[in-house]
Amino acid sequence: MPTLTINGVSRTLDVPDDMPLLWALRDVAGLTGTKFGCGVALCGACTVHVDGAPTRSCVTPVSAVAGKQVVTIEAIEQNPAGRRVQAAWREIDVVQCGYCQSGQIMSATALIASKPDPTDADIDGAMAGNICRCGTYPRIRAAIKIAAKKEA
Amino acid sequence: MGAVDEALSSPYRRRFLQAGAAAGGGLLIGFALPGCNREDRKEPPPEKAVGQATTAVTQAPPGLAPNAFIRIDRAGQVTLIVHKVEMGQGTFTAMPMLIAEELEVDLSKVKLQQAPADNTLYADPMLGGQVTGGSTSVRASWKPLREAGATARTMLVSAAALSWQVDPSTCTARNGVVTHTATGRTMEYGQLVDAASKLPVPSGVKLKSASEFTVIGKPVKRLDSPDKVNGRAQFGLDVRLPNMMVATVAASPVPGGKLNPVDDAKAMAIKGVRQVLRIDNAVAVVGDHMWAARQGLTALAPTWNDGANSAMTTASIVADMSAASKEKSGVQARNDGDAPGTIGKATRKLEAVYEMPFLAHATMEPMNCTVDLKPDGCDIYTGTQVPALAQGAVAKITGLPLDKIRINNYYLGGGFGRRLEVDYVAQAVAFARQAKGPVKFVWTREEDIQHDMYRPYYLDRISASLDAKGMPQAWFHRITGSSIIARFAPGAMKDGVDPDAVEGAKDIAYAIPNVRVEYLRHEPPVPTAFWRGVGATHNVFVVESFIDELAHASRQDPLAYRRALLTKSARMRAVLELAATRAGWGTRLQPVAGRRVGRGISVQFAFGSYMAQVAEVSVGADGGVTVHRVVCALDCGQMVNPDTIGAQIESGVNFGLTAALWNEITFDKGRVQQSNFGDYRMMRINESPKIEVHMVKSADEPGGIGEPGTSAIAPALCNAVFAATGRRIRKLPIGDQLKA
Repeated sequence: MPTLTINGVSRTLDVPDDMPLLWALRDVAGLTGTKFGCGVALCGACTVHVDGAPTRSCVTPVSAVAGKQVVTIEAIEQNPAGRRVQAAWREIDVVQCGYCQSGQIMSATALIASKPDPTDADIDGAMAGNICRCGTYPRIRAAIKIAAKKEA
Repeated sequence: MGAVDEALSSPYRRRFLQAGAAAGGGLLIGFALPGCNREDRKEPPPEKAVGQATTAVTQAPPGLAPNAFIRIDRAGQVTLIVHKVEMGQGTFTAMPMLIAEELEVDLSKVKLQQAPADNTLYADPMLGGQVTGGSTSVRASWKPLREAGATARTMLVSAAALSWQVDPSTCTARNGVVTHTATGRTMEYGQLVDAASKLPVPSGVKLKSASEFTVIGKPVKRLDSPDKVNGRAQFGLDVRLPNMMVATVAASPVPGGKLNPVDDAKAMAIKGVRQVLRIDNAVAVVGDHMWAARQGLTALAPTWNDGANSAMTTASIVADMSAASKEKSGVQARNDGDAPGTIGKATRKLEAVYEMPFLAHATMEPMNCTVDLKPDGCDIYTGTQVPALAQGAVAKITGLPLDKIRINNYYLGGGFGRRLEVDYVAQAVAFARQAKGPVKFVWTREEDIQHDMYRPYYLDRISASLDAKGMPQAWFHRITGSSIIARFAPGAMKDGVDPDAVEGAKDIAYAIPNVRVEYLRHEPPVPTAFWRGVGATHNVFVVESFIDELAHASRQDPLAYRRALLTKSARMRAVLELAATRAGWGTRLQPVAGRRVGRGISVQFAFGSYMAQVAEVSVGADGGVTVHRVVCALDCGQMVNPDTIGAQIESGVNFGLTAALWNEITFDKGRVQQSNFGDYRMMRINESPKIEVHMVKSADEPGGIGEPGTSAIAPALCNAVFAATGRRIRKLPIGDQLKA
């Protein structure tokens, strides 16, 4: 029965150790902002932060994050970079269907937090693992640049 | 108006509008938005009270029922209740804009509430069907929403004038307040709603002209953005009910196959697995959570009786189609002059075969449906483009009356036509009859890709004859493929022609004296469905590629060639010229080291909008194609929300590029060979080109914007590839055709 810290709260979940974090978050902890897209780390919809690093929760067993800090989209506004990213996303209306955007925002936040002034190549590198079927990529790129320029 | 539009939206036959007191106080305006002309609908809708919202509507003309409502409460809050769904296209923002414009309220005062599934209440009862599709939402709402807003405003002004004992023409309405100009007296809408609700409904209210618009045509932030950036937006997959279990599903991998007996004990041995459910062609494992269900299904390892299609391959399907299209004539969709005779006698002619693959929709949110089935009613929780069709499907399986079936609709994690089908709802309900309590049925990505209803495979034979100047004298286009309309809306078939299958082919804008377009229906045993851009996505590729072939065969510039043939449509020519100018057509492209570069153009009229695109590509020594820039010129009539238009075109271009570059669903041994994003490739951010959208200003009625970007891009792309390499792409996707 692993104990996880999710969005700053310690929780013991009655789940098997090998259960992917994605399902523990969605089906057990009730945090549905993290999305299921592919189940095999190909699309990035399930991206969360584990000790600040963007992580595909669909292939990460809960046992691997025991004792670590898991942050999901529901709490990303507590992260200064996350707030800037969310504001930039709203400012230029990145979202369309919106399903992949939790994962996009988690990846973008981790990028901005580690590289305050990312180049196009940095953006490609950090974001290429996140698929958007609505093709909002031009606005994702623009929003990341806006977020990078915003005051924390 | 395109074929699918005709199938999806009813003719706007009669405009009706009602008004009365809202339950709990306030003014209620009921009106009709065109729905879907499902002419195959057998029974007339039951005569019954149309529900709480309208019981107080007193002035309903006999036999007419509204399907959309504007409620203005005593606080001045405006609520628009409609049946359209939001799947990313911005409808939830555009529709309140139309109301706010004529009602004279701040946009922030207009809230949108999605109507529950109820054809008797929320769709035209004569025609039935709530549908969001065919790029029709804004187009179908354009007049009725503004009229409803103007009617409400007129009644509120009249109520104020009456209380002041002045002529209504001496009063103005702005920002939710009526003012008597001469005395400066004011009353807020909220103070007037009850009095207004007792007034007769005015007829023939005057709508604003485009120059008077203060909301329409101005960029407006999407109303759904805040909840979509913080994880709060609820999609069907996010539903959580008390005591709900989660199931995952495996259906026969071969169309028409059946489930062999399975040993439940294998699944039940997994911790958290609660039940195994079986239907004729599928099995579901129910567990405490998705992980238990998935492990249970893996352990169960179902096997199948593949049935008659066990040997089906893509090659066998295409061979059958090719033979049919060679041997048989199709039904004539258009026949001007004598195209076959002219081509037969001509000395200069070209002919080609174009092919387009089966395509999956691959919405980011996999198919899912939550069912809470009880003896006396059923609650469905899902994302659907067609809530009323879903309701009908549930009624058919459960035998419950329609009013006992509630479709609770959620944000759609992508639609693209996939959620115009209710197969996943019907399957979930069939399973749910054996379940013990509410169950969320979730398809894995693999299940989603392998059990989609695919964009049909099309095989087109096309030929043309050229005169001495190289201009086409005759054009012959035979389209072979399965018919979606014949299944989805059989009443919309026209003398054996599927209007969707010939859209963009039958109505080519080029001035050619002899034209024949034929449709040959050919049904491989593969389920097919609408896919973003529908008929135009197929035909614009064929037409705009082949016209490019003719231009090159005649040694003419592809832009000049098109211009010379577009004598009948000034709006087509205008977008063509705008795209060409902004792209720098005719100038030298920036070289890319080690790669061949090229520029290609396309132009179309589809979904009520005119669009031209110029694509710039480079092709590497390995045959890999990079798209650097796509310049779009669009005339979509009056713009409602310019920001959404740009976003939809960008989206459509990337969606179309993804398919044209990489996507195909293929079959072997009756089974789909692709399974996930590893072999059904999606564009990623580093592959997304620079996309420019240039608008032609227009006051004409709004055209659709959700799909034109998709239908125009494949020919622009492939024409650019030809310019770069001299290789004509006649079969999509490009894939590795340019290798070696």
